[in-house]
Amino acid sequence: MNRIGAWRVLSGDRPGHPAVSVLLLMLLFALAFAPFLFPGTKSLDAAARICIFIVLAASYDMLLGYTGIVSFAHTMFFAFGAYGVAIPLAAGNVGWTAVIGGTVVGALLAALVAAAVALLSLRVQKIFFSMITLAVASLAQLVATQWRDLTGGEDGLTFSLPSVLSPAFRLFADPILGVRITGRVLTYYLIFFVALALFVLMLRIVNSAFGSVLKAIRENEFRAEALGYRTVVYRTIASALSAAIAASAGGLMALLLRYNGPAVTLSFDIMVDILLMVVIGGMGTLYGPALGAAAIVMAHTYLQGVLENGHAALAGIPLLAAMVHPDRWLLWLGSLFVLIVYFLPGGIVGTLRQRIAHAK
Amino acid sequence: MSAAAVLETRDLTIRFGGQVAVNQVSCAFHPGTLTAIVGPNGAGKTTYFNLISGQLRATAGEVWLRGQRIETLPAPVRARRGLGRAFQLTNLFPGLSVLENVRLAVQGRAGEGLSILGLAGDRTALTDRAAGYLHRVRLGARAHDHAAALNHGDQRKLEVAILLAQEPEIFMFDEPTAGMSVDEVPVILDLIEEIRAEGNKTILLVEHKMDVVRRLADRVIVLHQGSLVADGLPAEVVASPIVQEAYLGVKRDG
Repeated sequence: MNRIGAWRVLSGDRPGHPAVSVLLLMLLFALAFAPFLFPGTKSLDAAARICIFIVLAASYDMLLGYTGIVSFAHTMFFAFGAYGVAIPLAAGNVGWTAVIGGTVVGALLAALVAAAVALLSLRVQKIFFSMITLAVASLAQLVATQWRDLTGGEDGLTFSLPSVLSPAFRLFADPILGVRITGRVLTYYLIFFVALALFVLMLRIVNSAFGSVLKAIRENEFRAEALGYRTVVYRTIASALSAAIAASAGGLMALLLRYNGPAVTLSFDIMVDILLMVVIGGMGTLYGPALGAAAIVMAHTYLQGVLENGHAALAGIPLLAAMVHPDRWLLWLGSLFVLIVYFLPGGIVGTLRQRIAHAK
Repeated sequence: MSAAAVLETRDLTIRFGGQVAVNQVSCAFHPGTLTAIVGPNGAGKTTYFNLISGQLRATAGEVWLRGQRIETLPAPVRARRGLGRAFQLTNLFPGLSVLENVRLAVQGRAGEGLSILGLAGDRTALTDRAAGYLHRVRLGARAHDHAAALNHGDQRKLEVAILLAQEPEIFMFDEPTAGMSVDEVPVILDLIEEIRAEGNKTILLVEHKMDVVRRLADRVIVLHQGSLVADGLPAEVVASPIVQEAYLGVKRDG
């Protein structure tokens, strides 16, 4: 009885509910053909961000949802990858060696630091581990803003990409399906395919024998130890893997922006966004954070515009118009979050899967 | 005697603040025997188990396993060396399936937890072994339910299935039938007898029910206020004044 069979590409991890499958297929389709479906610069940028944040949120879910580790240092690892790419490129080494080498060095450094933090906080209680990650993340922010020679400080680093990825590059003389295949489109597809590969890799990890031990640690660490699993080793490896993948996502972010600075990869706002993505989508499902990432990035990109239209439409009505003023968009995002946590405690995917389980 | 012992504690002691929970307990356990550990509530039986299997560190004293001292080793290492432990308070992976609970024990035994790239679901040999243990405790039909969805008696059975799946050399049962309904108890007792019948396993059993002790035990030791106060054949020990005294006023299961 091989239950994996046809689902091998997804490591046997089925979406678990028809609605989840439909949403995921729609998301995959939209992202795979984004340059042709949504040709504008703003929408292509949003699609690329969705790809990157899917990887970032899913890698955080490996810690939070699968292993039960609460870390606040995830954006720090994201920044390691972004600076890994930005620093050599901004120094004038514009080439693929710098792009790939920078990502790899960033990912290795992230894995090392994550492993060190995990080992140092070996025996402390979970809450203290979280506090330590918060302290380390603050320290990283301090270093990034103060070590101006290396990181460009608050201003960050602006750089050019290898010519294939630069906006002026044309792969073909003529447009394909009405879209010019510029360096921007190629950058998008680079991000898309790397993100897809990383996501499939994470599915593989959480469904491996190793992943099953992570779930055991989340459920009952004491019992996992009694079964002969040295949970410290597992938590450390999980932290290192998660950090390395977050750093890879950071490398992609640097390619997308052709810039890196504390505000775009290191700020605490991003940490909050990641938490929202994972919780709204459903912890411990990987698919959930993918949907959550899409929802949050879309909300960031388009909610202000929607509110602007609403504001214009309601211009005459005093209180209502003020409520939908574009500046209130965070209020609406916050309300949405509260409603989802209240009505869908398992997140979107978790709650739908529970319904299926109850229906049986 | 001592030379053939597979497990032995020497002056094993643990203090919590001023309280001595286990006080200089020296005892050797031999392969092929089932030793029942009895004593009133709070006598230190579960604490003694925790010191042997590594959930607690001893304040003083030694634990020897097959001629090696293990009292400083962490619990996972002791588990891999053959100490298997079932817990008194049900101690499962509640959000995982019943089968997965047992599969994790089989996988731990096989030492495959660190394999990252193979899929757990592909390891059909491990899964089949896990399913086999579930059938032995009559839980085969519940394999795909969450462990949290089982009733108390079935959770106790699952706890035993996990211990069997670890394939330990030394089985430590902590009140395996506590809270089970009368008709479920024989399943567990038959299983323990099967293990004993294999002849080379060492079984330690904390048990309150004297009929169970009389039926299964080759030997009984009595803990009272953390000290070992009696050690001998079941009939002798149960009849001894010290046990009568220790159990006086405590619930006396017939």
